[in-house]
Amino acid sequence: MITLTHYVGLSFLLFSIGVTGVLIRRNLLTVLMSIELMLNAVNLNLIAFSRQLGDLNGHLFAIFIITVAAGEAAIGLAIIVSLYRLKGSVNLDDAAEMKG
Amino acid sequence: MPFPVSDLILIVPELFLTAVALGLLIYATVVSREKEGAIAWMALAALVLTGVLLFVPFSSVTSLPQIGFAGMFAVDKFSLFFKILILAAAAVTILFSLRFIGSSPYPGGEYYCLILLTTVGMLFMVSGVHLVSIYIALELMALSQYVLAGYFKQETKSIEAAAKYFVLGAFSSGVLLYGLSLVYGAARTLTLTGVAQALAASPKAPLFILGIILVACGLFFKIASAPFHVWAPDVYEGAPTPIAAFFAVGPKLAAYAIFARIFYSGFGPGSADWTVIVAASAALTMVVGNVGALMQENVKRLLGYSSIGHAGYALMGFLGYGTDFGLPALMIYLASYALMTLGAFGLVVMLETKGYAGESVDDFNGLARKNPTAAAAMLVFLLSLTGIPPTVGFIGKYYLFTSAMKAGWFWLALLGVLMSAVSLFYYFRIVRAMYLVDGEGELRWKEEPAVSAAVIACLAGTLLFGILPQPLVSWAKACLLN
Repeated sequence: MITLTHYVGLSFLLFSIGVTGVLIRRNLLTVLMSIELMLNAVNLNLIAFSRQLGDLNGHLFAIFIITVAAGEAAIGLAIIVSLYRLKGSVNLDDAAEMKG
Repeated sequence: MPFPVSDLILIVPELFLTAVALGLLIYATVVSREKEGAIAWMALAALVLTGVLLFVPFSSVTSLPQIGFAGMFAVDKFSLFFKILILAAAAVTILFSLRFIGSSPYPGGEYYCLILLTTVGMLFMVSGVHLVSIYIALELMALSQYVLAGYFKQETKSIEAAAKYFVLGAFSSGVLLYGLSLVYGAARTLTLTGVAQALAASPKAPLFILGIILVACGLFFKIASAPFHVWAPDVYEGAPTPIAAFFAVGPKLAAYAIFARIFYSGFGPGSADWTVIVAASAALTMVVGNVGALMQENVKRLLGYSSIGHAGYALMGFLGYGTDFGLPALMIYLASYALMTLGAFGLVVMLETKGYAGESVDDFNGLARKNPTAAAAMLVFLLSLTGIPPTVGFIGKYYLFTSAMKAGWFWLALLGVLMSAVSLFYYFRIVRAMYLVDGEGELRWKEEPAVSAAVIACLAGTLLFGILPQPLVSWAKACLLN
C-alpha cells in the first residue's frame, strides 16, 4: 500500500537531489535540470497532499508551477546560449569575471 | 472558484499597465531605432497614469480590506503604500535609462516593456493573499528581471550577472515553493487566513516548522539577506546601471511586502517563533554587508554590499511583530532607502559614459570642483545612507532601532548602530574622492536633464522628509496591515 508518507518521502528525496545538483554541479545545463527536479518534487508534494485532502487547490497550484517552469526554462536556456556565444562554454566557473 | 466580474475593477491599475506593456512591445517592432525614445516617454506616462488608477479600486469598495478573485487579491492601504513606492522607483529607472539605453547598441522597446512587466509582477505581489497568486506574481517579476540583468548581451559582465541571478533566483523559488507545498500539506488550504487558522490549531506540527523555515530562506534570497546574499554584488555590478538601481529598490520593496504579509497574516498568529530566524539573519546580514563593502573599488558593487547591509537593518522591523511600531518603522525605512539608493545610483548613471567606464570610486575624483552641485547631492545621499541627520536615512534608522529596542532586541539595535559607524568608512571614501582628491582630467561627466530631474526629486525627498518626517510617518502608520 502506497501511502502519503511514501509520496512525501520520494518528493523529499527528489528535492534533495535537486538542491545538491544546484550546489555542486558547475555545468549550467545540469544546474537547470536540477532546478527542474526541485520544482517537480514540489509538484509531487502538492498533488499528493491535494489527493489526500480531497482539495483541488493543490492540483491547480501544480499546473501553474508547470507553466511557469516552462517559461523559466526558456529564459534560462536563452541566457545559457548567450553565455556560450561569448565564452564558448556553459560552465559557471568560466563566468567568474566579477569577484570579491 | 467562480468570482464576480465586478472584481475586475480591483485590478484596473495592473490590467492597464499590462495592456500598455504589451502594446508597446508591438509598437516597438514597427518604430525605427531613432524614435525609440518615444517608447520610454509612453512607458513613463503609463506608470504615472497607473499611479492615478491605483485609487480606482478604493473608490469602488465600501470597506477595506477588499479581497477579490476567490481570496487571491487584496485591496488595502498596505498594498497602496508599496505600490506607490514601486511605481515611483520604476519611473525613476526609466528616467535613468533614456540616454543610457539610447546611446547603447541595444534596442529600447523590449527593455521598457520588460520594466513595465516586472513592475506589474511587483504590483500583484504586494496585493497577494493566496499562495498561488503570490507565487505567480513573484515569477512574473523575477523572469522579467533575469532578462533585464542580461540585457547588454554582448557584455560578458551583463550575461554573467544574468546567469548568476537566474540560477540563484530559480533555486530560491524552488526552496520557497517546497516550503509552500509543506505549508499546504499541513494547513490544507492555500489562503493566508486559512494558514493562520490551521497554524493556530497545531502550532508545533513538523511540516509547518520546516515549511516556515524554507519559506523564510526563499524570501531571504529575494531581499538579499545573509546567508543568501552572494548574488547581489555580482548582479548589481554586471547589470546595466539603471537596472541595478531598480533591482536595489523595486524587487526588495515587493519582497518585504510579501514577507510581511506571509509572516504577519499567515504564520504570525499561530506562532511568533520565526522572529528568532529573522533576528539571526538580520545580525549576520548587517555584518556581512557592511564589512564586505569596505573592500570594494567599484561603486555599483559597493552600493550592492551597502544594500545588503540595509536589508539587515530593515529586517529588524519584523522583530516588532505583535506590536504597533515594528511594521511602520520598516515601511518608513524602506521609503527612505528607496529615495537615497535611487539618488546615489543616479549619480553613477550620470558618470558612466559607455559600457562600464565610470564605475570605480576613483572616477569620482575631483567631482566637487568640476560639478559642485552633483557632488553636494551625492554627499547628501551618502550622509543619508549612513544615517546622519538631517536626512531621511536618519529618520528611518531612528524608528527601526527604537522599534528593535522596544521589542527587546537591544543587542541587535546596538549592532546596527555599530555597523552604521562602519559604513561611514566606505561611504566617505567616495566623499574623499569627490572633495579631497584632485583628478579633473579623468572625469567624464555628462549632464542630462532626465537623470538630473530624477536625482533632484530623490534629493528633495531625502531632505524634505529628513527635516519634516511627520507626513511620511503618519502615512506609514495609516497604511498598516489589518
